[in-house]
Amino acid sequence: MSAPGRATTQPLLVVENLAKRYTLPREHLLSAPPGVQALAGVSFTLQAGRSLGVVGESGSGKSTLARLVMALEAPSAGGVRFDGQDLHTLSAAEMRRARSGLQMVFQDPYGSLDPRRTVLQTVAEPLAVLHGASRAEQRERAGDALDAVGLRSADLTKYPHEFSGGQRQRIAIARALITRPKLIVADEPVSALDVSVQAQVLNLMQDLQDQFGVTYLFISHDLAVVDLVCDEVIVLWQGRIVEQGAPEQLFRAPQHAYTQRLLAAVPGRGAAL
Amino acid sequence: MSLLEVTDLRVTLQTARGAADALRGVSFSMARGDTVGLIGESGCGKSITALALMGLLPEGAAVSGSIRFNGQELTTLDEAALCRLRGNRIGMVFQEPMTALNPLHTIGRQIGESLRLHKGLTGAAARAEALRLLQRVQLPQAAQRLDAHPHQLSGGQRQRVVIAIALACSPDLLIADEPTTALDVTIQHEVLALIAELVAEDGMGLLLISHDLGVMADSVQRLLVMYGGTVVESGPTADVFGHLAHPYSRGLFAARPRLGLQRGTRLATIPGRVPELADMPRGCPFAERCALVIAACRSAEPPPVTVGALHEARCLRTDA
Repeated sequence: MSAPGRATTQPLLVVENLAKRYTLPREHLLSAPPGVQALAGVSFTLQAGRSLGVVGESGSGKSTLARLVMALEAPSAGGVRFDGQDLHTLSAAEMRRARSGLQMVFQDPYGSLDPRRTVLQTVAEPLAVLHGASRAEQRERAGDALDAVGLRSADLTKYPHEFSGGQRQRIAIARALITRPKLIVADEPVSALDVSVQAQVLNLMQDLQDQFGVTYLFISHDLAVVDLVCDEVIVLWQGRIVEQGAPEQLFRAPQHAYTQRLLAAVPGRGAAL
Repeated sequence: MSLLEVTDLRVTLQTARGAADALRGVSFSMARGDTVGLIGESGCGKSITALALMGLLPEGAAVSGSIRFNGQELTTLDEAALCRLRGNRIGMVFQEPMTALNPLHTIGRQIGESLRLHKGLTGAAARAEALRLLQRVQLPQAAQRLDAHPHQLSGGQRQRVVIAIALACSPDLLIADEPTTALDVTIQHEVLALIAELVAEDGMGLLLISHDLGVMADSVQRLLVMYGGTVVESGPTADVFGHLAHPYSRGLFAARPRLGLQRGTRLATIPGRVPELADMPRGCPFAERCALVIAACRSAEPPPVTVGALHEARCLRTDA
């Protein structure tokens, strides 16, 4: 994956001094509404075809980062450059074009699929919306996407309830793949899955990267998962990057107290599991 | 006398697809002070086991076999008698503290509820006892928190409140069903340490249910691995991890990502999927997915085979 020379090319994703402040409901009539600084100046770059892991606990800013990179929200300061374009200054039409390069996979495959829509409708939706593809093309590309994630095109006419949790997450990944995106933002993609199913989905995500050169921004609270999948890791704490590096270094010799605390809390370490 | 003696427990549930055998002959026993872990994936029967122990099975569930708790048979008790046990002699902690707590009532009132019901405490006495319990679960600023509502607490703090409620009547047995799954790792670490400390202090039995092998290794003396409604392997935790005897236990262990794996390593997976309860095979429930399967596996459920002192596996191929 890390072909020599790739590091010198333009990074796919450049995040610069990204900050986001949310305003909370006013507590008193006469005082200013309080706010929470969800992200406070985060910068990193991500090369095409690589995987960057984002670890941290609830409230660290992981999901806010995902929403800003996906341009689902506007930052309070800083910017996101994706494939050479500043995402947050694009016009609506430009944004729509840029969106097909960016897809997202969510944590809960039970919540992220509409139970009343067939797999075909769900998987092909990004194509219909972003490219205005014909019915025949939608069906063909949806079949290909299902094939890539190890499901059958016969599954296109089924509904989500006919699938197990692992299969649903494959459907969600197929939906993300259908626009042939350069970047997939995966927010805790395996946290809701059983151990043996989790292994299947992680293997699949790595295969897809080898096959299509997809880039992952991989958000997880599970350090072992990030260690397995990612080339580089950033540790977020209270909206800031407190540590950054290759997982083998970062997890072997954590420098920041928070990273050390995260590592010490991994269950089963005492038993050397 | 053991605290809990479960013998050949069978539970049949009524589902849309007809009768489904959710538990197919589960047996184990524990004494006061024992810590036992039930591990397995979704649908293996671990939560159904806990619900059966508490008499909280869904409507229409048929139970056979025996659950003896402090010498008393639970499967034949009526609802009123079960109500006297639950929250009193058997404490419960569930996965999601926000749904376990009532959002409309204060913390103090919710802890007071079981004190009122089971100990007859009211007013100032109940409040003082609730405060003592909150201090015992190390909730910061316990006195002010008595009048707080659940939404004013963090996830970890809420789980401490749920534990305080479970401990209110000093139960003999604490059943904790995925108590830390909804919590961050560092909070999980604190809550598990708290449970271990309280269990050791009171000498109660702990039945911990989790899907996380690491949590089990840290928390329990004895492990029961469940699959397809049966205990496929059981033994002292260190022995089970030292020598995984059942192919399913080995598969589960190998599928788990571990820190320090080479990037891009393919994780071992278990082929196929968990069989539906309604069409559970006659023989070993794992036969369809097992690499070591032989004809005899499919004809009858394998009996427990001793593989070490107190360590058993329901597998015909333990020597393979």
